[in-house]
Amino acid sequence: MAAPTAANQGHTSSADRPLRATPRSLPFPFSLYQTSVGKKWVMAITGLMLIGFVVVHMIGNLKLYLGVIELDGVSDYDVDHYAHALRELLVPLVPHGVVLWIMRLGLIAGFGLHIHSAYSLSRSNMVANQAYESKRDWLAANFASRSMRYTGVIVLLYLIFHLADLTWGRADWFEHGEVQSNVVNSLSNPLVALIYILANIAVAIHIYHGMYSMFQSLGINNPSYNWLRQGAARSLAIIILIGNISFPLAVLANIIEFDPSLITAGY
Amino acid sequence: MSKQLNLTLSIWRQENAASRGRFETYQAKGIPDDASFLEMLDIVNEGLISEGELPIEFPHDCREGICGTCGVMIDGRAHGPELGTATCQLHMRKYNDGDTIVIEPWRATAFPVIRDLVVDRSPLDAIIQAGGYISAPTGTAPDANEIAVPKEVADSAMDAAACIGCGACVAACPNSAAQLFTSAKLWHLNSLPQGQPERFKRAEAMVETMEQFFGSCTNHGECTEACPKEIPQDFIAYLNRDFVKSKRVNRTMASRS
Ligand code: FES
Repeated sequence: MAAPTAANQGHTSSADRPLRATPRSLPFPFSLYQTSVGKKWVMAITGLMLIGFVVVHMIGNLKLYLGVIELDGVSDYDVDHYAHALRELLVPLVPHGVVLWIMRLGLIAGFGLHIHSAYSLSRSNMVANQAYESKRDWLAANFASRSMRYTGVIVLLYLIFHLADLTWGRADWFEHGEVQSNVVNSLSNPLVALIYILANIAVAIHIYHGMYSMFQSLGINNPSYNWLRQGAARSLAIIILIGNISFPLAVLANIIEFDPSLITAGY
Repeated sequence: MSKQLNLTLSIWRQENAASRGRFETYQAKGIPDDASFLEMLDIVNEGLISEGELPIEFPHDCREGICGTCGVMIDGRAHGPELGTATCQLHMRKYNDGDTIVIEPWRATAFPVIRDLVVDRSPLDAIIQAGGYISAPTGTAPDANEIAVPKEVADSAMDAAACIGCGACVAACPNSAAQLFTSAKLWHLNSLPQGQPERFKRAEAMVETMEQFFGSCTNHGECTEACPKEIPQDFIAYLNRDFVKSKRVNRTMASRS
């Protein structure tokens, strides 16, 4: 580094002052995760996993509309048959509930990595960036791309609320494994329904920019299908939004109901 | 006869990196509308000098859009309102009499202000020094057209080579990421046959140097809009691909040496 002289008025080259020290190099593939490009890769792959989960979760929830059906001599709500079947996956090869737990562990790991990479990248971006004093005129950045940090935090808070609400049970009406009754009990409170609706708008906005970014981050780019990316991301986000906010609305409108007299003793 | 414009300018003044800057307001009177944006600043500076004040320092050199020295934030847009145009190629005929123009230097932690509108962009040089060259001994110059390059590849390498290194992509990016610059420099060499022997060493070295100084890409797309050469973001995807591959390839190479 050049010593400050009267001539350069104490100015040294900013290339002599890295914002980030090069970390001690870990073995592959961890070395990849030490770089921002690698973290973006992890974010894209875990994001794809989480979008897959959201889509499957929504399709599963559509069973709420199917009402009561009889399966193996048991009359129960279709969504409860489905919840039961999820726990029975690959039984008797593996014990009851194990496959579901393996999927859950995968999701927890995916969430953890997605959040950690987002946090770490946001931190380094904040260090690298200096705000303009005058007003910026954005040309390409949109609301979704600029609010990822915030929609991400909202999704996390919503996830915790949703787990407390319908997995762990936050109130006395909660009965483990009784999906239809729990959903109806929870969402018939208009305030809770509103939380679900608002949170799912954030989920859709987050998924829109995530889906749009994913292929770019993974380096999957082909000019012949790039025109599709925006439309595909928008369609997916809209489908997820409509599907997910339909549930609270349908409960409030008594389209999705729970009537204990219709079911025989459950599982 | 060209029209004359009277403008109000709000310009960032700052003595050096350590001092605090502020916006100063200047009246630019009788600016001919066939002047370039930088000539307009020259006229304002002549006025300041004749009043015994220090002129406004702004970055410029070739003034024909090829050297990449110029570049300021004009009304919240890097290089001003004209897309695909460097500041020096912007002309006052794009403005109307009575307009107010706000001029601010590029902002990024790695681009400290040297004075007024001039910033230190040397981290971009550090990225080039890390791998933006071909050092493999290639013998004497080959005959023209001896190395066959498909037309599409040559075109895409040329598009990448159009980057003038002005730093507008960093300046426009909300994360101050230098992905567009680095990917253009990388793809220029990595897509051509002459660049293949050092392809993955180059990818790893340039990206890791970039990450020491700049943020990371979150796909806002502001960079391409700001770029005077309209470098496409596709190159950023190629950078991501080559970098991840480089981690694997360079590891295999290391085990062979
Ligand atoms: S002064 Fe050379 S590109 Fe503008």
